[in-house]
Amino acid sequence: MNKQTTRIGKNRLVAAATGAAIALGATSASAETLRVVMQSGLRITDPIMTTAFITRDHGYMIYDTLLGVDSDFNVRPQMADWEVSEDEKTYTFTLRDGLAWHDGAPVTAEDCVASIKRWADIDSTAKPLMTMVDNIEVVDDKSFKVQLNTPTTLLLAGLSKMSSRAPFMMPKRIAETPASESIDEYVGSGPFVFVEEEFQPGIKVAYEKFEEYVPRDEPPSWTAGGKDVKVDRVEWLTMPDQMTAINALQSGEVDFIQQVPFDLLPLVENASDIDVNILDPLGAWTYFRMNWLHSPFDNKLVRQAAIAAVDQEDVMQALVGNPEYYRTCAAIMGCGNVNGDEYGKEWVVEGQIEKAKSLLEEAGYDDTPVVIMAPTDLAMVVPQPIVIGDALRKAGFNVQMKMMDWQTLAAQQGNQDAPSEGGWNIFSTYSILATSGDPFGNTPLSTDGRESWAGWPDVPEISELRLDYAKAASVEEQKEIAKRIQKIAIDEGVVGPLGQFRIPAAWSSEWSGFLESPITLFWNISKED
Amino acid sequence: MLPYVLKRVLSAVPVMIIVAVVIFALLRLTPGDPAAILAGNDATGEQLAQIRESLGLDEPILVQLATWCKNIISGDLGVSLLSGVPVTKMIADRVGPTLALAVGTISVTILVAIPMGIVAAGRLGGYLDRIVMALSVLGFSVPIFVTGYVLIYFFSLKLGWLPVQGYRPPSEGLFPFLQRLVLPVLALSGVYIALVARITRSSIIEVLGEDYIRTARAKGATGRRILLRHALRNAAVPIVTIIGIGIASLITGVVVTESVFNLPGLGRLVVEAVLARDYPVIQGLILLFSFTYILINLVVDILYTVFDPRIRY
Amino acid sequence: MTRRGLLLRRLRLAFGGGPALVSLVILTLVLLMAVFAPLLATADPTAIAPADRLSGLTIEHPLGTDAYGRDVYSRVLHGARVSLLVGAGAALVSVAVGLVIGVFAGYFRALDSVIMRTMDGIMAIPSILLAIALISLTGASLLTVLVAITIPEIPRVVRLVRSVILNVRSEAYVEAAITLGSPVRRILLRHMVPNTVAPLIVQGTFVFASAILTEATLSFLGAGLPTEIPSWGNIMSEGRSYFQLFPGLVLWPGLALALTLLSVNVLGDVLRDTLDPKMEKRT
Repeated sequence: MNKQTTRIGKNRLVAAATGAAIALGATSASAETLRVVMQSGLRITDPIMTTAFITRDHGYMIYDTLLGVDSDFNVRPQMADWEVSEDEKTYTFTLRDGLAWHDGAPVTAEDCVASIKRWADIDSTAKPLMTMVDNIEVVDDKSFKVQLNTPTTLLLAGLSKMSSRAPFMMPKRIAETPASESIDEYVGSGPFVFVEEEFQPGIKVAYEKFEEYVPRDEPPSWTAGGKDVKVDRVEWLTMPDQMTAINALQSGEVDFIQQVPFDLLPLVENASDIDVNILDPLGAWTYFRMNWLHSPFDNKLVRQAAIAAVDQEDVMQALVGNPEYYRTCAAIMGCGNVNGDEYGKEWVVEGQIEKAKSLLEEAGYDDTPVVIMAPTDLAMVVPQPIVIGDALRKAGFNVQMKMMDWQTLAAQQGNQDAPSEGGWNIFSTYSILATSGDPFGNTPLSTDGRESWAGWPDVPEISELRLDYAKAASVEEQKEIAKRIQKIAIDEGVVGPLGQFRIPAAWSSEWSGFLESPITLFWNISKED
Repeated sequence: MLPYVLKRVLSAVPVMIIVAVVIFALLRLTPGDPAAILAGNDATGEQLAQIRESLGLDEPILVQLATWCKNIISGDLGVSLLSGVPVTKMIADRVGPTLALAVGTISVTILVAIPMGIVAAGRLGGYLDRIVMALSVLGFSVPIFVTGYVLIYFFSLKLGWLPVQGYRPPSEGLFPFLQRLVLPVLALSGVYIALVARITRSSIIEVLGEDYIRTARAKGATGRRILLRHALRNAAVPIVTIIGIGIASLITGVVVTESVFNLPGLGRLVVEAVLARDYPVIQGLILLFSFTYILINLVVDILYTVFDPRIRY
Repeated sequence: MTRRGLLLRRLRLAFGGGPALVSLVILTLVLLMAVFAPLLATADPTAIAPADRLSGLTIEHPLGTDAYGRDVYSRVLHGARVSLLVGAGAALVSVAVGLVIGVFAGYFRALDSVIMRTMDGIMAIPSILLAIALISLTGASLLTVLVAITIPEIPRVVRLVRSVILNVRSEAYVEAAITLGSPVRRILLRHMVPNTVAPLIVQGTFVFASAILTEATLSFLGAGLPTEIPSWGNIMSEGRSYFQLFPGLVLWPGLALALTLLSVNVLGDVLRDTLDPKMEKRT
């Protein structure tokens, strides 16, 4: 059933990568180390326990996934292929040949079932999925069966989930660790081996090529296709100061920077020996969240006023600056994504202070202070609260900025107390678009009141529509449901979209083969001769 | 002398206990939740509670304190809440760069600042004095990160003489080790050179006003002899004090220097651990810092008695 | 000539010309800048205009704009207020508190070890850690930052005062006064405290300087004053990413900061030389 992916990279970069792959062929790497500056330091090493992007990226180094997603959003086999029964309720997954753990043992169906169960205990997509799963059982060493009580697209979507949390496969003995406890052994079956002795949390991680890894034959496309490693070693370094990272790239001390801060781009853009390009074609979206539990945002009109007041262009200018790297967008599930619908554009995107003022008047806003949590140390979310605060003041809100470090903010986020007792009214964050394109992966769209994510919107209609989405038979039907969710979510003020941006990466021109993908991937990269 | 040293060492014990308890309380009172950091952005309350339980963070603070103390006594500093790496290993991995930076900075400071101060004092009011003082004032008029950027810009990017960042242990070769240490040490010692040069100058000026110097002068001792033999020796107490304080307060500068030059040292570890609420790591580091601090002070106090026999204990 | 007359004469001498006078002028200007910042500023230092960001020098924005399109000139002016407040506040409080504690520790030997061990305890905690912890405990505000910067400075002052007192205490004339049964108050005020003035002025200027710098460092680490309260430190720290592209964002507040500190230090030196009773013997 899985027709071979014939589509070869649409842009110059991927074309070049594929070209290089053919040219180098089987003779690949001499002893090479790729030195990389990642956006943040790896500290948490369990990619199932945490949703941190850096840990997810670490997951893709040492672990493998059963399924992958290609650049057309098709689900593709990675470790396993599958067959579906006539009634679409029984899926049988069969592992491909040659899979082995880094400790030498073969990968078995039993390992995979245990890994899926650990992931299902904690992941947000897995939760609704598991209500539709009757059981998962091992058939033999190489295959297992998933029995559904109703047909759903969520099973394949879940097992191929690209971003946090991707269901990474681990040996059974490790996968049996409860999901609320960190694993303490790092054995995967992925294309790289974790060098534990060299791991310095927050500073440096080293990976060596897993010599026994057998890549698939297809060309790489996002998380699908062959993971053909062409270097001997990859080192992830963390630099606390972005300027240092840029300087190090300029002087040749590192080879690749995962995210170049927008304002430092001019330093590398014109350098002849440095390539700058966007590897994540989708990018990220940023948004702000209001606290539904307390005044004034317990009132729908006041929420609408806040969304109307903020000007996306202002936010994007302050955050990104260069219009080449951002766009304004009202779609909660992302412009450019299949489900991205821009209902509400006229007042979500542009700052409409007058409209906000009249909404506030209509709502009878009584000057209740609005506490905005503002981080001081995470560049990607520092500007938003400042611009939001400015806009809300202009609209007549009584604004109080509360400055804190990002980790404090992340912890405060869950505080349901009234703002006058240490709680909050507004905070802003960002998510990657690759996983925001459906109502499950899209965290702000969980609307089950106090049970849901920070902000605690209570919109039962959306919760019902999400379940309908999971059971929808076709993409067209899903799209229709997504459109209705967008309308309700914007009208109710579930979330205030602030715009989309793409963060460029930069690397030394000596290297090529960097793959276009929402996840930074380290296979296929080689040094040019 | 020996009983005094013993007494001081013993009196350090309560200091360390107070520090440990204060920090323990301060950290637990600080809002912030390691479980939230571990679980990531979209965790539900239930998941957080489970993680807290598995980390033992749901226990009453006093019970946690007792457990921690018990483990310390048996030599166990615990493991990082985030990475699961033992705290002792994290500290051991990262003590090298910090030690190198600190020793380098102190040596450069002493070698540069004391001669500067002496020269300035000897030419009080002259041009040399003014130049030295102007330079030393500049030294602490500029934040370390700016000094660092300027140094990197000229010496690494424009001239290409030195690497931009990073650390190599001396075991991988003395040259690469020193090469990467030059700029951080220069950036960090600026402040301390300024401070020590000033104190040296003013202490010597002060001593030069004392009767016995005037007597020595009257007896025909030469300016240089007075300066080196009498003045410096007697000015040593405040100089040593300031150097001691300087070492103890080095850590702030170290944090910034390590960030700018990407040295994987303890300074960065302490800030990272505080921001991530990685309690065992912070507590382990505080123990280490307070121990080092107490040790330095002990040395300073002993040096007092060496330089100035009038001070006795 | 009376002691007072001598002092006046030497003050006149010291300020008669040269660096001291220049410093005094600079410092007065900075102080005026700070006091009249709202009148001198051309824009609200916190008003953002993202479309105008990083504008470079224009007529409207004589020193350009920062990453939020705020007017750098107005921010530097207002920054003078905050930075001087942080510096002076930390210097005055730490010197006053440190002097009292230090005199007690140096003079009353019974208190010495208790006080010094407590000071050791405070100093043993890295100041940056104490500051970050305090700031995340109470939120970043001017008061928190000031407290977080001042507390670690106090033990340094105490140690300095104590070492001076220990020195003076062994001087013959003080021992004589003690033996003769002079009241403690008199000994302290007459013999002890005056001797601490000179080193305290030097230390005070250092605290002033280091408080302003520490504030910048805290900003660098993301634990400084909120960006709504512009200080030279956080303007520089926010502008540091643009160091190679728009050096003005660091240069202008940096220049203001360096000139101010330079002046304070020169004045500190001059006052020290003038006030020190021992200097009389040299002239």
